[in-house]
Amino acid sequence: MTSVVEAEAGRPVDLGRAAPRERFTVGRTLRYLVLLLFVLVVLVPVYVLLVTSFKGPGDAAPSRAWNLPQVWTTANWETAWSTLAPAIARTVQMVVPAALISAFLGSLNGFVLSRWRFPGADLVFTLILFGMFIPYQAVMIPLNQLVLGLGVPSGVPSLILLHVVYGIPITTLIFRNYYMTVPQELIEAARVDGAGMLRTYAWIVLPISVPSFVVVLIWQFTSAWNDFLFAVFFSSSQNGPVTLALNNLANGALLQDYGVSMAGALFASLPTLLVYVLLGRYFMGGLMSGSVKG
Amino acid sequence: MVAAAAAAMALALAACGGGGDEPEGGGSGSGGADEVEVFTWWAAGSEKAGLDALVGVFDEQHPDVTFVNGAVAGGAGSQAKDLLQTRLQAQDPPDTFQAHAGAELQDYIDAAQIEPVTDLYDEFGLTDAFPPDLVDRLTASDGEIYSIPSNIHRANVVWSNPQVLKDNGIDPAATYADLDAWMADLDKLEAAGVTPLAVAQAWTQVHLLETVLLADLGAEGYSGLWDGSTDWEGPEVTAALQDFEKLMAYTNTDRDGLDWPESQQLVIDGNAAFTVMGDWAEASYAEQGLELGTDYDAAPVPGTDGVFDFLADSFTLPVGAPHPDGAQAWLETVGSTEGQEAFNKAKGSIPARTDVDTASFGEYQQSAAESFQADTIVSSLAHGAAVPVATSTAITDATSKFTSGASDLAAFQSELAAAAAG
Amino acid sequence: MPTATRRRAGVRRAVRRSGAPLLLLLPSLILVGVFVYGLIVANARQSATDNHTAAQATGQAPTTGVGLRNYLDLLGSEEFQHSLTNLVLYTVVFLVGTMIIGFAWAWLLDKPLRGEGIFRSIYLFPMAVSFIASGVVWRWLLNSNQDEQASGLNRLFQMIGLDALQNNWWNNVSVGIVAIAIPAIWQLSGYVMALFLAGFRGIPVELREAARVDGASEWKLYRHVLFPQLSPIALSALIIIGHMSLKAFDLIMSISKPANYQTKVPAVDMYVFKSAFDYANAAAVGTILLVIVAVVIVPYLVHTHRQGKS
Repeated sequence: MTSVVEAEAGRPVDLGRAAPRERFTVGRTLRYLVLLLFVLVVLVPVYVLLVTSFKGPGDAAPSRAWNLPQVWTTANWETAWSTLAPAIARTVQMVVPAALISAFLGSLNGFVLSRWRFPGADLVFTLILFGMFIPYQAVMIPLNQLVLGLGVPSGVPSLILLHVVYGIPITTLIFRNYYMTVPQELIEAARVDGAGMLRTYAWIVLPISVPSFVVVLIWQFTSAWNDFLFAVFFSSSQNGPVTLALNNLANGALLQDYGVSMAGALFASLPTLLVYVLLGRYFMGGLMSGSVKG
Repeated sequence: MVAAAAAAMALALAACGGGGDEPEGGGSGSGGADEVEVFTWWAAGSEKAGLDALVGVFDEQHPDVTFVNGAVAGGAGSQAKDLLQTRLQAQDPPDTFQAHAGAELQDYIDAAQIEPVTDLYDEFGLTDAFPPDLVDRLTASDGEIYSIPSNIHRANVVWSNPQVLKDNGIDPAATYADLDAWMADLDKLEAAGVTPLAVAQAWTQVHLLETVLLADLGAEGYSGLWDGSTDWEGPEVTAALQDFEKLMAYTNTDRDGLDWPESQQLVIDGNAAFTVMGDWAEASYAEQGLELGTDYDAAPVPGTDGVFDFLADSFTLPVGAPHPDGAQAWLETVGSTEGQEAFNKAKGSIPARTDVDTASFGEYQQSAAESFQADTIVSSLAHGAAVPVATSTAITDATSKFTSGASDLAAFQSELAAAAAG
Repeated sequence: MPTATRRRAGVRRAVRRSGAPLLLLLPSLILVGVFVYGLIVANARQSATDNHTAAQATGQAPTTGVGLRNYLDLLGSEEFQHSLTNLVLYTVVFLVGTMIIGFAWAWLLDKPLRGEGIFRSIYLFPMAVSFIASGVVWRWLLNSNQDEQASGLNRLFQMIGLDALQNNWWNNVSVGIVAIAIPAIWQLSGYVMALFLAGFRGIPVELREAARVDGASEWKLYRHVLFPQLSPIALSALIIIGHMSLKAFDLIMSISKPANYQTKVPAVDMYVFKSAFDYANAAAVGTILLVIVAVVIVPYLVHTHRQGKS
């Protein structure tokens, strides 16, 4: 029995329709109602976030969480931006190289492990894959010491290193699954022409990997952007990413400014949300490939 | 080959990425002029104002030394402490760092990360300028002193909202002889549906606990808890813990999600009547333009009149500081009359020195300065003066467990005893 | 040809076959080898010492090996048992919540419907947001004040007349951690939905048609055709969600505070130990978490590895 999610290996996903439309029925109305109810529930936090971010100082209090703003103001957005902008810049500096390098490594690995069947290839793959599941707490203490010992500066450099290293398992997984679907004839043709592994990779495989690259880049971008654990242990508010800055804004300030923290939370989420909205299919592709299948 | 290129790319990017983001520190050696990197968590509000004022005095006293601001924001110091831990481990210390004076320094001392500054006390004449009680409390078990305090805060202060009290038939000017007297009024407030006592997350509860212990055990009994002369498992402590339990019953139910500014704000807004907090709370009132006596009242916690439960921010001299001369210059300013006057006036705390003219300070600060001179001084538990970090963490854990309902009084008492002993 | 030469020739061939691939893999192998396996071992070794103080951490005071004592102390302590209970509770609720809701959404959206894309996008978007960002608003929503001073969800319940649903959310010492699972469910149900939806869509139409032609009722269809097809997906989802929940840290730091007893989980304990210079215990907690994860993941990986071979 073939695996059901075959098609999703590192490709953009289209969850298109499966069958022709039903006619209008009571059942259908009921479904709509339930779906709409769920939408309301899911959007509750978003409502509070948005509404609070537009409220002035006295208005933005927990007791008035559900009321619309008395006076709509964009002051919070300005403050949040000026507070978070440096951290956002640093996050970009961190995420882009990390995503690129780990994608590249993953592609290499994926290709080798799927196409060049050497003895133990599967075992190596499984060993690499295990790295995706470990709780990072299990290595945090010696990791701290190792990174210090290697002399890698805290903040962006350390985080790049960490996201690259710990991104290798998932990127390898996605690429390997993707390359499994590349027709063997393509590789054979190259081999017949006398191309070694490297040449095959560079000239044949790499050009057709674009969809998979997009999926991996997006996935790595999102997970590095949203990471907090590594940020807490390997950087500080002076040199850390936006998750750390946001947590400080929301939880550490001397005088709580809720409107600003809510606006800040929206700002911090904007890049990943944009990616999700504009490149949803690729995002989904990453989701699917993240599920290990046989 | 490709992989090597990738690795090289990674290293190159790491180098680029590292350049601009590091805090200024370490020998950049700009043509002869000395500098000092001062590591604090005073990055906002009145604390920053105080730091700025101190820097002003520093520039006057030591024009040849450049001040480098190493302030780290976030978590009211917890971010800074985490970063400091990393830097000290990596042997990349700042030239001087802020720490609570007293037992909290013990870990740094044990780890040989800070130098004694006892000779500086003699050099700057601080031993005479500070109250002898304070100097005693700053002296570590090996007879050396390891930091110079910049300011003193009082922890055993209860803040109230006079309007809320008046509305419920309580005289705002009333003083309470002890906790029981106070609880009588707290009962009235509870019956009226007002939150009698506002408190916030775990450490503020420990703060409340220490004032209760102080009130019920007296200054000597309280100090005895930390040097072993008071029995943690004894009946006096049990009675004190019972009072603590009763007081916690008067508090707001959402306390564990709040931090101290929020619980303070409950009182300011009239949603609660009393709160126990250190006198850095004064800054909240000043920022909101409120007046002592009219909009709010401050008094020693009932039962602790005549006792000054102190905590102090202080500066240290790390081992291996890149610019020890700069650090020493900074320490001199911190301990000087002008420095302490400028700093404390802006920050809202009181000087550690007894010879600073406080006539231009705020009303509350003046009364606090008088108390500091006259009262018995004891060390704060919740703010690093009385016990080292590990003990303080254990006590906080035990308190959170108790106030969230997971342990009973007897278990709480044993856990506290174990924490203080261990 | 003598056997020795034949063997050498065989080895040469094997090296030529695996040499180049292994070389390309080498950077990753080294990195994973060091940063995953090497550090796991280093962590385990550190957890077997008595390095509990700052002095020891900087080498000022000696450390000695204490074998499994840290583990025994931790596992025997009431506080850590509470953390573990919280973790189990959290994981179960998180898993059940996302699976049920994710499946429900997928099932509702499976049959074609206008505006399906919009529904899907809305259900899925919380996944793009970081736990820290969502924690900012969920802190408010999960505020434990009730009745007069209620805010957050308690106030909402009052406003829509469901007063009885008010409760003290994460402030509850025995089951408060369940409240933290709610934002987690909110964020990840969409993921499960996407998996199941793909699963549903991946089931060949003919299969469903055939079953219907055979006169199977809707329920039988689900039970005998769809569910078996979906079980590998369900398993995948369980594994992914499960291992994410064991790492629960961000949400608690964002909504609650590390010191709070109600929401203690091992990941937070580890952070607190580390901040108090207690490296040995921090390392021990990390290893315990690893063992818990390994117990589930390793069989799963072995299973997929074997499947891959066949």
